[in-house]
Amino acid sequence: MVFLIKVQLREDYSNLIFYLSPLVAVALTLFFGSFIFLILDLSPIESFKIFFMSPISNSYGISELFVKATPLAIIALGLSYCFKNNIYNIGAEGQLTMGAIFGGGIGLLFNDSTSVFLLPLMILFGAIGGAFWATIPAILKTKFNTNEILTSLMLTYVALFILDYFVVGPWKDPAGYGLPKSMPFPDAGRLPVLFDGLRVHIGVYFAIIICFITYIVYNKTLFGFKLKVSGLSSKASQYAGFKYKNLIFYTFIISGACAGLAGLFEVSGPIGLLYRDISPNYGFTAIIVAFLGRLNPFGIILSSLLIALTYLGAEDAQLFLKIPSAVGFVFQGLVLFFLLGTDFLNKYRVFIK
Amino acid sequence: MSIELIIGILNIVLISTTPLVFAGIGELVTEKSGVLNLGLEGLMLVGAVTGFITLVLTGNYFYSLFLSIISGVILSGIFAFLVLNLMTNQIATGLALTIFGIGLSAMLGKKFAGTPIDGLNPYYFIVISFLLVFLVGYFLSKTKSGLIVRAVGENHNSAYALGYNVIKTRYLTIIFGGVMSSLAGYYISICYAPMWQEGMTAGRGWIALALVVFATWKPWRLLVGAYIFGGVAIMQMNLQAIGVKLPGQFFNMMPYIATLIVLVFISSNKVRLKLSAPSCLNIPYEKNS
Repeated sequence: MVFLIKVQLREDYSNLIFYLSPLVAVALTLFFGSFIFLILDLSPIESFKIFFMSPISNSYGISELFVKATPLAIIALGLSYCFKNNIYNIGAEGQLTMGAIFGGGIGLLFNDSTSVFLLPLMILFGAIGGAFWATIPAILKTKFNTNEILTSLMLTYVALFILDYFVVGPWKDPAGYGLPKSMPFPDAGRLPVLFDGLRVHIGVYFAIIICFITYIVYNKTLFGFKLKVSGLSSKASQYAGFKYKNLIFYTFIISGACAGLAGLFEVSGPIGLLYRDISPNYGFTAIIVAFLGRLNPFGIILSSLLIALTYLGAEDAQLFLKIPSAVGFVFQGLVLFFLLGTDFLNKYRVFIK
Repeated sequence: MSIELIIGILNIVLISTTPLVFAGIGELVTEKSGVLNLGLEGLMLVGAVTGFITLVLTGNYFYSLFLSIISGVILSGIFAFLVLNLMTNQIATGLALTIFGIGLSAMLGKKFAGTPIDGLNPYYFIVISFLLVFLVGYFLSKTKSGLIVRAVGENHNSAYALGYNVIKTRYLTIIFGGVMSSLAGYYISICYAPMWQEGMTAGRGWIALALVVFATWKPWRLLVGAYIFGGVAIMQMNLQAIGVKLPGQFFNMMPYIATLIVLVFISSNKVRLKLSAPSCLNIPYEKNS
């Protein structure tokens, strides 16, 4: 008996499958994830409880979930502008780092300030730093036709080394026992927390506001329409008279500013100073978040919460199951694999003959 | 500077650069056929950990090398299936592979971190790396199969029209790239370190990726570029030892900045770009049915 699998291009476009496929991907990830736990001699059900339930079983855990989801959501919302326009900015990690350097630098410069304007200034410079780092690939692409995937990736590593230079060099805390970290920011430069004793901070409001703005931009503005058109076909957008190069610039600046904002929120929020490892790969993980959320602003909020849970679950797994926290990366990788794979069903019809 | 010191430094450069040559030459072939694989770092780590664990468990170098290579075949095979058959986005799939590989290798290697092993002599691999560059250069420019690989990378539709199997060609180049990456990882954990530690490839996968662009997709330049990149990294340590007050981070970012400059140089001119970069790089191939 021979099974022949045939595929055929879909003529209709199915919204149902488009929004269902992230759920299928998550389900498949859990299914394959349970095998990983079995191989490690752990009970899958117990492990999943520790991985996905116990981290959010108390108010501290829920606060931590939002602490992790906030930067992911903000970066992914920014990236969605680029991805909608078919521009692959994969250097959000570097833009995040630059935002932290610019905004954090302001905090260190005025380290005896008690002014209420310090934090807004830091936030502004965080966004400027990220946007500045993102304009480099934008300029290189529009002026020299360079591939933005490679340039934004290279610039990420340059940014990480610049941060490293500052925290072991000029910005090193003299009272820090020689550790590679800066002085703590003054209280006026710290992001207010929402509840006493919990780390969740006002960045959450920013994420929600950016989400709504993005929704309006995508659905109600000419700019959103231009993005959609040029994403589907850059030639069509040029025939329509849209300035494609300007679109590249705007989308890069928006996504860079968002990443910079997220970086500043990290250092002036939960961390409180500058040091080497300010981000556990948020800039790269946000790419997964953006795809998993289908580049839809509300979808991105949901997927940021889910991916944030893999970070928390991995920490709990390390604590209680004695497996490395990197297991979270395994789940993140699997989710993206399956999501990309199920996208196939979105575009093609599959028959078994 | 004495002759001994110079020879010593050259020796260290030789030993530390070899993983870049392996991973770089593999990725070069993959990219020549029009596929951009960002999963090098993940492939290297899994190759490193598979080889290491097998060596600890069996004590047999042959088995460990073999399984390390198999890990590269499997992972890059999955990547190839996704991007070629399911036509997924190459960038996202490559990143997923890297993230997955970082996680998987850390998970598998946890119990083995710090286990002492007898390392292999790196010079075998150094010789092989030079031979490989020579063979790949010969293959791409002088053989018919090499020509097919390049044709597929330049224009997959024309290659298909000429009767070449685009998908099969790309499967082979992706898997070759995957095997080379796992060899690079194997070299790091078995010869260079020799030990296992979480995330021990330390970003070499990304440097190898930069290297291919820096070399403008030419095997010989890749070899030269690898030794420039490797030499700069070693020079940084030595200059600091002598007491030069240039920040080390400045040297560490040099490969990336140099690659950016090369990229701007080749991209700003259409003819130059056509002569260097494969035209179909990162463009999905959809077979008309």
